[in-house]
Amino acid sequence: MSASPITALFDRTRAEDRAALVGYLPAGFPDKELSIAAIETMVEAGVDLVEVGLPYSDPVMDGPTIQAAADRALAGGTRISDVIEIAGRSAATGAPTVVMTYWNPVERYGVDRFALELAAAGGAGLITPDMIPDEAEEWMAASEAHGLDRIFLVAPSSSDERLAMTAEAASGFIYATAVMGVTGQREQTSSLAPELVGRLRKVTDKPVGVGLGVSNGAQAHEVAGFADAVIVGSALVRCLLDAPDAEAGLAALRRLVTDLRAGVER
Amino acid sequence: MTSTVPDASGHFGRFGGRFMPEALIAPLDEITRAWQEAQADPTFTAELDRMLREYANVPSPLYEAHRFSEAAGARVLLKREDLNHTGAHKIRNVIGQALLAKRIGKPRCIAETGAGQHGVASATACAYLDLECTVYMGEVDTERQALNVARMRMLGAEVVPVTTGSRTLKDAINEALRDWVASVDTTHYLFGTAAGPHPFPAMVRELTRGIGDEARAQCLELLGRLPDAAVACVGGGSNAIGLFTGFVADPDVRLVGIEAGGDGVETGRHAATITGGSVGVLHGARSYLLQDEDGQTLESHSISAGLDYPGVGPEHAYLAQTGRAEYRPATDAQAMAAFELLCKTEGIIPAIESAHALAGALTLAQELGPDATILVNLSGRGDKDVHTAAQYFGLIEEPVVLDEGTEE
Repeated sequence: MSASPITALFDRTRAEDRAALVGYLPAGFPDKELSIAAIETMVEAGVDLVEVGLPYSDPVMDGPTIQAAADRALAGGTRISDVIEIAGRSAATGAPTVVMTYWNPVERYGVDRFALELAAAGGAGLITPDMIPDEAEEWMAASEAHGLDRIFLVAPSSSDERLAMTAEAASGFIYATAVMGVTGQREQTSSLAPELVGRLRKVTDKPVGVGLGVSNGAQAHEVAGFADAVIVGSALVRCLLDAPDAEAGLAALRRLVTDLRAGVER
Repeated sequence: MTSTVPDASGHFGRFGGRFMPEALIAPLDEITRAWQEAQADPTFTAELDRMLREYANVPSPLYEAHRFSEAAGARVLLKREDLNHTGAHKIRNVIGQALLAKRIGKPRCIAETGAGQHGVASATACAYLDLECTVYMGEVDTERQALNVARMRMLGAEVVPVTTGSRTLKDAINEALRDWVASVDTTHYLFGTAAGPHPFPAMVRELTRGIGDEARAQCLELLGRLPDAAVACVGGGSNAIGLFTGFVADPDVRLVGIEAGGDGVETGRHAATITGGSVGVLHGARSYLLQDEDGQTLESHSISAGLDYPGVGPEHAYLAQTGRAEYRPATDAQAMAAFELLCKTEGIIPAIESAHALAGALTLAQELGPDATILVNLSGRGDKDVHTAAQYFGLIEEPVVLDEGTEE
């Protein structure tokens, strides 16, 4: 099988001696068309890999910013079929695109059906914040069958044994959560992240992305010093949440991504 | 007898498990290990037994409800968990978990609460064992249950009104989990029911199984035999699993869980998760839940705040699937009729949660006939529900508005 779009991306960013910039936005926020426009804006301004969030009623890993965005997307009637369509539109920009989703919507939709439809739309994989490899038998099979990457999370609390097990089960990249906590901007980058990435490097040579708390170019630059990808979510969502209108939101998004992109260049 | 479920990874057949952020796996492993060690440590178990006996008023009596039986048309025995300290079975779970938190050196506990019963029990156990306590409670529930908010604060707990999502119990759990992932070094999550990720369903079962173990021995003493059926209400399912576990190996004892039927399962306004829901994942475990086609959690509805939860513990899903236990709904109206009947025939005001079990027993009595003996877990007392019941029966004129202010 040929290399996945995500693997190809990391080959390229490694060759360019920089970290990849990963941007998260929830599907259907502020509405369906604007969420597509926002993704296109992010990619034009320098995001290398897009995470399309599937809005969920019980997002236990998310802080207030992403909760608010997901609530709006759900109130606007966003369905799983919309999420897959938006992921497809995102992939059409040329940026590898994954869906970030809590597990129950996938299980309810049908794991194989979800994988099949996401792959057909051009999606590259799933990030599963509440699905650990221990429970992932069905998802392992479906992702193999449809050529999708499986991005699992690791945390500062993960034992070395679990880091190795999770890295083995993962493909595309490994999502290292920089802090013990939920999504959201933080004043300072975490001191736990370099240590976590260091422990991961001992058990895997798969790319490692670091997320939770990164919100500006300076922080992105710091994280790019030790990670293969810098993952930004809440700060991007904030651009749209705080803006008086769509145009201002997209402009703020473009400015932030430009700053972040400059940060990931080493 | 020791249970054959869950397996080492916390699965009850296809149910249970751990659907949790990786960050919480190590803490869950720590609790699993500590709990196994504690159970094998005679010092811990003796201390827990002593506290339950001296402080929580356990074992609770078994009471033959003669006048209620006459009205029901079968012999009805009540396991009087309403007589425990704090007025419900929940004290068994919280004392056990708070003692475990002490043992693993966590100075702080967090808890979620719906009606406030688990919150009050948690605040009580934390005061008793000198632990800090923070209780998350949906904003809607803090307004509905202002008196319980005051009780928790009186006991020294911090009560945090949750303003996200539907602002009820499920959102309080979400918020407690968000706190926990950021505070786990110093904090134990004192989970209130036999649901959630492994090891909570099994640990809460072991802490509440005294209900069934005691009732089994008490039945043998009183009757010289076991009851024909054991009945309990099921929200998350802690009192029911505590009762059922004592009888699960007795095939002649029917195990009947009564879910909150709200306005009727057919109306869609209910909390009957097993009867009217489907299989999925919520709050860390695979079980039954109320959800839409896309797996979004649906809001539950019940007159009983303690049963108003869109999920259910995974062992109940397993017992339903294997057929060992059966689950049926009782509507708000059926529960309130049983509530009134117990008040007037026995002079006991039951919790509205427990009134669902009584309603189930009334139906079962009609099916089984006058020779049947039905054991009902009277899981809690109804003092907290007097206002709701008084409104329901039209005994007071206007809803009392407590001028608490809405801003903290």
